[in-house]
Amino acid sequence: MSTVDVTDLTFEHEVLRSDLPVVVDFWAEWCGPCRLVSPVIEELSEEYAGRVKFVKVDTEENPGLREDMRVQSIPYLAFFTGGELENGLIGARPKAVIKEAVEELLAARETQSGS
Amino acid sequence: MTEPASPTSTDVRDLVVVGSGPAGYTAAIYAARAGLSPVVVAGSVTAGGALMNTTEVENFPGFPDGIQGPELMDSMRKQAEKFGALVLWDDATSLDLTGEIKTVTTGNGDVFRARAVILATGSAYRELGLPDEKRLSGRGVSWCATCDGFFFRDQDILVVGGGDSAVEEATFLSRFGRTVTMVHRRDELRASKIMADRAAADPKISFAWNSQVVAIHGEDKVTGVTLQDTVTGETREVAAGGIFVAIGHVPRTELLIGQVDLDENGYVQVEGRSTRTNLEGVFACGDVVDHTYRQAITAAGSGCSAALDAQHYLASLTDVADVIDPVSPGAALVVTDEATADEEMAR
Repeated sequence: MSTVDVTDLTFEHEVLRSDLPVVVDFWAEWCGPCRLVSPVIEELSEEYAGRVKFVKVDTEENPGLREDMRVQSIPYLAFFTGGELENGLIGARPKAVIKEAVEELLAARETQSGS
Repeated sequence: MTEPASPTSTDVRDLVVVGSGPAGYTAAIYAARAGLSPVVVAGSVTAGGALMNTTEVENFPGFPDGIQGPELMDSMRKQAEKFGALVLWDDATSLDLTGEIKTVTTGNGDVFRARAVILATGSAYRELGLPDEKRLSGRGVSWCATCDGFFFRDQDILVVGGGDSAVEEATFLSRFGRTVTMVHRRDELRASKIMADRAAADPKISFAWNSQVVAIHGEDKVTGVTLQDTVTGETREVAAGGIFVAIGHVPRTELLIGQVDLDENGYVQVEGRSTRTNLEGVFACGDVVDHTYRQAITAAGSGCSAALDAQHYLASLTDVADVIDPVSPGAALVVTDEATADEEMAR
């Protein structure tokens, strides 16, 4: 399963109301480091297929999300579960760091559904 | 030592290169052509190094019309691969460099063993070191104008620094910002003349001379800074929505501490004009060594030197090994520069 593009219009449905935890990759065409993060996100979407959903937001095309999420630095990875923003990572971070954040997201998910 | 589970753990190679900027890739090109079959631990997201974050590189010889940083690095990678280098999009997570056989462990859990290692881990952005800098990072404090300039349309922007990369950031940001102010500790730029002239000619760019940022303000978003006059010591408040920090770089040596000798500023120490570190079989090149020039071309040059030094070292081992253990194949492990050559150079 690969990453899906999400827009101002589909964000609520695809991310906030998702049954699975979601990692949102905020990127833009002009952003060099974003191009380095994207392949890692693709890899992780394979590794976590069926457990975590990975989506992408083009920050240039989606001013609503840019505003709502107050995006001022990209690449920016936002980690959601149950419609809540759990964590955020700014900049091109090593795969291990991103993976750790995904694991934390899964743990947060457990806590959420347990309570 | 090594993980039996890893398919690579049993082979001892000649060379591993840690890092993949101009230094690491050039080392890999030379080492590969010398038949050393280097493994390049290029970085999971830092592959290509600092040039991956630049736009046009105007001063790399051979490209009269300039070349995009990422394109240049992609070409260097292909050139290394063409001659047999194995480039991995993976991070070195630990290094054991002290023994005759060195080990490089990666984020994916691979363990590479090699007779020689080339360190080309480059540098990271220097931070201002202010209390609120981390908190407001991504909330108005940025290190990458090409990534984030777009988000500061019609705002007042500060660029901290006076070198080529600061000017590059400022001129790029003047497309977006309402105003761009360069904050510099001295009363003139350190940048090259062509860059300084470019800044001076830009109507949107102004200068806060003899000034340094001593505080950053803002709750969930940057609203301004306190500047201190470096001559009089007086402070003043300046409103700004974005602060771009371009005050140079620090060498990436966290994996080397306690093994490889570093100088007082944290750069790897090498012997004379060579790339030899204090450890036999460990060589260093690029920004992790160079606090003076820090250009793509000088990084590439030192990467070449490192490959030649490693080749020489491995040949000396083989001479001995031929007597003691004629079966032993020589393999070299080349570690390239993850971090890369400074962007300063690039512009």
